[in-house]
Amino acid sequence: MLPSIKPMAPLTLSAYTLVTANGRGVGPILQALRERRSGLKPCNFEDVTLKSYIGRVEGLDDFSLGNELERFDCRNNRLAWLGLQQDGFMVAVAEAKQRYSAHRIAVVMGTSTSGILETEHAYRARDPRTGVLPTWYTSRYRYTHNMFSLGHFVRACLGLQGPAMVISTACSSSAKVFATAARLLQAGLCDAAIVGGVDSLCLTTLYGFSALQLLSAGPCRPCDEDRDGLSLGEAAGYALLESSERVSRRGAVALLGYGESTDGYHMSHPHPEGAGAIRAIRDSLTRAGLRAEEVEYVNLHGTATRANDSVEDKAVYSIFGARPACSSTKGWTGHTLGAAGITEAVISALCLAHGFLPGTLNCRRVDASLKSRILRENQNGPLAYVVSNIFGFGGNNCSLVLGKM
Amino acid sequence: MEVAIHGIGLLAPGLAGWDASRAVLAGLCPFQPGEVPDPEAALLPPNERRRSSDCVRWAVQVAQEAIVQSGLDPREVPTVFASSGGEMGVFDQLCRTLATSERLVSPTLFHQSVHNTAAGYWGIATTGQQSSTALSCYDDSFAAGLLEAATVVCVEQRPVLLVAYDLAVPAPLSEARSITVGFAVALVLAPPSDGAPVSMHLRLDEARINDRSGLEDPALDRVRQDNPAARSLPLLIAIAAGGSQTVRLSLLESQQLILDLDACRS
Repeated sequence: MLPSIKPMAPLTLSAYTLVTANGRGVGPILQALRERRSGLKPCNFEDVTLKSYIGRVEGLDDFSLGNELERFDCRNNRLAWLGLQQDGFMVAVAEAKQRYSAHRIAVVMGTSTSGILETEHAYRARDPRTGVLPTWYTSRYRYTHNMFSLGHFVRACLGLQGPAMVISTACSSSAKVFATAARLLQAGLCDAAIVGGVDSLCLTTLYGFSALQLLSAGPCRPCDEDRDGLSLGEAAGYALLESSERVSRRGAVALLGYGESTDGYHMSHPHPEGAGAIRAIRDSLTRAGLRAEEVEYVNLHGTATRANDSVEDKAVYSIFGARPACSSTKGWTGHTLGAAGITEAVISALCLAHGFLPGTLNCRRVDASLKSRILRENQNGPLAYVVSNIFGFGGNNCSLVLGKM
Repeated sequence: MEVAIHGIGLLAPGLAGWDASRAVLAGLCPFQPGEVPDPEAALLPPNERRRSSDCVRWAVQVAQEAIVQSGLDPREVPTVFASSGGEMGVFDQLCRTLATSERLVSPTLFHQSVHNTAAGYWGIATTGQQSSTALSCYDDSFAAGLLEAATVVCVEQRPVLLVAYDLAVPAPLSEARSITVGFAVALVLAPPSDGAPVSMHLRLDEARINDRSGLEDPALDRVRQDNPAARSLPLLIAIAAGGSQTVRLSLLESQQLILDLDACRS
């Protein structure tokens, strides 16, 4: 007999921020969503010759991390740093530190490839005779490519001393950070948590997704009848989570539920009936204490691959029917992989805060085989509850329920 | 947080399986490290096993050993996989390919490069659909994984399988991260119950740990220092010795995870 899932206490997102190809901070992404302006452009990353579009964050080559942060310097941590500077996030964390102390604030970050770009560069700079890697790389592996580098970096920047870890479950990484942080809070191991995700462009994912034949030659077209693959993007996002009882603020956005599951089916293909996805969504609703009918908007994983969008549609339709509006925002940001969870959680928070629903960008004609109510045009109107889906490699699924207090 | 331990899996040079290693860990037999044969990881379907990485086979091997001891159905047990670097052997192959002008990346190699590769293969082998988390905390990945797993046990009131592993890092990546021997350990944790073979109380303490106090056996201590997954050795040794003991694991220099153990002597 399996234990039943119990509702969780809401956790307020007392601060949140996001950097994507659409700009720095929540202002530019909200404006881009409203104006239906995509951040995707033809791939111009390094010397990559693949025919595809990317959601590249501008300016990452124009500065480097200095002083005590120098050892962390790499594209992924520069993006992480840029994210921390937006929307007064650092100030909000400093205030939380005053309230709770540095030891009582956890850092739970997500990434899929961390700073692997450094290792790619280092392999190209090997000594041609001995094959030895350059010392600028070997002395800094711990601070750049290692999977924990991002957690170490964020903890160092914010001066925090509580529990920390990096979750890396491919695309679901920075959705699952909300679940881990919620448990740490519930178990009393911290009083607040910094959650987030950072993933940056690299050759591994560009050539890897190309090898899997999952990259579109044009900007990705989620839910479109002619969709033919995803566009990769990069992003950094953060949220400060605190017990809603302690920071009661009317109208604030809160995490109400999470659901996690696996497909147990295949490393890179989703389960044909979306069995794992269904379990994740159901568990998120149970923890939120919500009925499916109460959800007004589903922010789809919606990568624009043939398989993902049709399997996700089956899962979403089986739970919600054709009632809630559903859309994917990957047409704006691209698929930001390990940062997709935080990217879409912050977008969902903006939708709740501003009473706004983004219609799926680049979806010209909705695939007629999809049964969910796919939104193509933007809509305005008050929203109370949003579900955000993230599904990834290894059949790793996570759904979040966000709502307005 | 209170948890019980219902199963243990172990694989490292000189430590081939939990039952075979207990006497060594308890100090009753000498520790004699040698080559570890390629683990059977019998649960993996033959076609998955053929293309699996070393990390996958080591992780599945210890996971299977621990689950069998626990008597639980693996499909009903959520998992936490902890590894400092993940698929370092796959990164080496990928980065070699990406350094060529053709950059012909193998699709299989690419999907095996994720940090949750071992977790994914375990899920496929068991057809489980429970939650699965893969994480890293550099040298303290075992302690962070234990914290995450114990938190799931206590919050959700259900058993959890924790697997921690890191394999020897191939050259030239070994210049960046030196790990010379593989080590994999698995624990099945569950809510406390009467008759559990080991019960454990976990708490976080805000104090830096003095890590210079190593293990009694210098050869075992070298393994502990070499491989992040082997930071589990003080816990395993305490369990093998039996009785009531306290183990301290370092967590990020600023904290320590204190484990008060009560293990049956057998």
